[in-house]
Amino acid sequence: MEEKRHIISVLLENESGALSRVAGLFSARGYNIETLTVAPTEDETLSRMTIVTAGSDNVVEQITKQLNKLIEVVKVLNLADRNHIERELMLIKVKATGELRDEVKRLAEIFRGRIIDVTESIYIIELTGEGSKLDAFVETLKVTEILELVRSGVSGIARGDSSLGLNGRSAKNS
Amino acid sequence: MELTGADILVRCLRDEGVKYIFGYPGGAALHIYDALYKQDDVRHILVRHEQGASHAADGYARVTGLPGVVLVTSGPGVTNTITGIATAYMDSIPMVVISGQVPSHLIGDDAFQEVDALGVSRPCVKHNYLVRDVRDLAETIKKAFYIANTGKPGPVVVDIPKDVTAAKCMYSYPKSVSMRSYNPTIRGHTGQIKKAAKLLLSAKRPVIYSGGGVTTAGGEQALQKLVRQLDYPCTNTLMGLGCFPANDPLFIGMLGMHGTYEANMVMHDCDVMLAIGARFDDRITGDLAKFAPYAKIIHVDIDPASIGKNVPVEIPIVGDAKRVLEDLLSAIDRLDMQPNYEALKAWWNQINSWRSVDSLSYDRTSDKIKPQYVLEKLYEITNGEAFVTSDVGQHQMWAAQFYQFDKPRRWVNSGGLGTMGFGLPAAMGVRLAYPESDVVCVTGEASIIMCIQELSTCKQYDLPIKIVNLNNRYMGMVRQWQEFFYDRRYSHSYMDALPNFVDLAKSFGHDGVLIDDPADVEEALRETMARKDDLVFMDFITDPTENVYPMIAAGSGHNEMHLNPHTEGSRQAVPQERELA
Repeated sequence: MEEKRHIISVLLENESGALSRVAGLFSARGYNIETLTVAPTEDETLSRMTIVTAGSDNVVEQITKQLNKLIEVVKVLNLADRNHIERELMLIKVKATGELRDEVKRLAEIFRGRIIDVTESIYIIELTGEGSKLDAFVETLKVTEILELVRSGVSGIARGDSSLGLNGRSAKNS
Repeated sequence: MELTGADILVRCLRDEGVKYIFGYPGGAALHIYDALYKQDDVRHILVRHEQGASHAADGYARVTGLPGVVLVTSGPGVTNTITGIATAYMDSIPMVVISGQVPSHLIGDDAFQEVDALGVSRPCVKHNYLVRDVRDLAETIKKAFYIANTGKPGPVVVDIPKDVTAAKCMYSYPKSVSMRSYNPTIRGHTGQIKKAAKLLLSAKRPVIYSGGGVTTAGGEQALQKLVRQLDYPCTNTLMGLGCFPANDPLFIGMLGMHGTYEANMVMHDCDVMLAIGARFDDRITGDLAKFAPYAKIIHVDIDPASIGKNVPVEIPIVGDAKRVLEDLLSAIDRLDMQPNYEALKAWWNQINSWRSVDSLSYDRTSDKIKPQYVLEKLYEITNGEAFVTSDVGQHQMWAAQFYQFDKPRRWVNSGGLGTMGFGLPAAMGVRLAYPESDVVCVTGEASIIMCIQELSTCKQYDLPIKIVNLNNRYMGMVRQWQEFFYDRRYSHSYMDALPNFVDLAKSFGHDGVLIDDPADVEEALRETMARKDDLVFMDFITDPTENVYPMIAAGSGHNEMHLNPHTEGSRQAVPQERELA
């Protein structure tokens, strides 16, 4: 069956061990994780997790059901099923000397990146966007030397009215 | 008045109605053991190995429907329970395991007898907790019992550091518990149930396939009513045996790898299948590509993740088996529809011709003891009233095939995980739950050795279990697979250097008998079962070459069974190429 990219949002109790339950579930059942991000929400008792995975529809249905089975999971939503926005943050440290200093600065501006640290020989650039934009930026920066690169993984949110809050739609077990 | 965490824990158990806990003391659990010493409400059963504690609690839970409770210390105490926890998890058995942990300030320090109990148990529990503050203890215990025994039941581990059991606070046990992240669905969807009722009634070749979920839900009455009302054939999984009476003509036997010929042929040829409280595991389905090719499937399960996991389903219904069966019965009553009696008559004719193959027949003329014969006689002599536990392997399959279970919660075995060593400790839990009943552990000489130390526990607490050891000097099921699939290379499946089981039983303070002549089987069983107060180890020296039939080899379809060579002749009577109605 055809493998597709899925982006799954999970609302879960902000308790220690919850992350390892999710990670353990994926490894025990042989599901892959491309990226996983998690942090508390405006309600400090809840965490919001975004998982990017790939699999057939059957596999992703199982992933959703198995996530719902975890006691600490409050709600699960597959964002790939609906109109959504996703963003990823990248911090990238590059060599910036000689005439490359201007060139790298220009590239950062084109991609709406921000230079957030400067020394005589390096820039650190912050860039936010969809994964493909980040990939493209990394590609263009090959004009210089990339010293270090760190990406946050994807965070996602549904467009419009539907929300994954306690009172939102898409209740657990539905 | 403020109480210590240890006293609070024991009060919680009392207020939860716990009668027995199965355990073994050690450093990190000593405050709790001290609290146990000061009271009489909760009775502690001292096992001889923590694995035995988890199996005994499991056995207790399987026959009572109440959570089994285990108490162990940190480190090896809790790791030894893991096999028992995994066993309970696979079969959805409610259990609460309380483990002592090293003091909070030492956690993460590689302290003596420290292990990450949450980490090691996580893959095989429904949930687990580390109690960090004595003020959270009572609520955590309440949640643990609630989670263990609602929805799809399962084991819950509660890990309690030693300082938490020493700290003090006020005690009150919560009356109820509500969790925003845990609300199992009990009632099935009305529209789906109505659709299911219509599909069921429109069937020409129906089957009702039910599993352990019906036992868990207490749905046997509703199941029997449905099957009888429709006059449809019913098959049970290994875990569901007893939910439909084995002697009823509507019962076509167990299905799956060692199911009856008629049950598996019905599964293969059916056009409508109602699967209820069963999860289409690989030992049931065989090759998924060949599974039930003509069937429209209605699947009822309390666990949404079980539905559609292995087999595509026409009508999924999430809910408690009993509630859904009852709602299904009402939905059928409300429909102005009758079963297709004409098609059903043809279907039963077909089923009866499969039945005439007599796929469980075996050689009754042998001068060696046939294990099947021992179990047939055990059934007769106990009038089908005994609780039967088993270990894992050939003897387990024969017990499932030949002990005719008429009631649920009488057959106690490790179906999902397949845990050798389960039978004897599980029997202890059963006997404590039903102190007046016959409890028989059907086992083999390989399995029984795995938890043989529990004979000592049986002595201490006067548990007169009868052990039926089908001793063929092989790990029989391993040997059978090696015979069939490995050109008879019997690699390490021979049980060399066996103990004298009669003497062994005697050294533990029990009695034992050796039976090696088929002519002595019946009398020996009769005499032994009459000894109500003694644990008797019956060592039956059985035919080492006997195999379990029928058998669907892994990766085969339901219509590709191996039958006992003994029945091969009658197989020809069944046309293999059939036209389906």
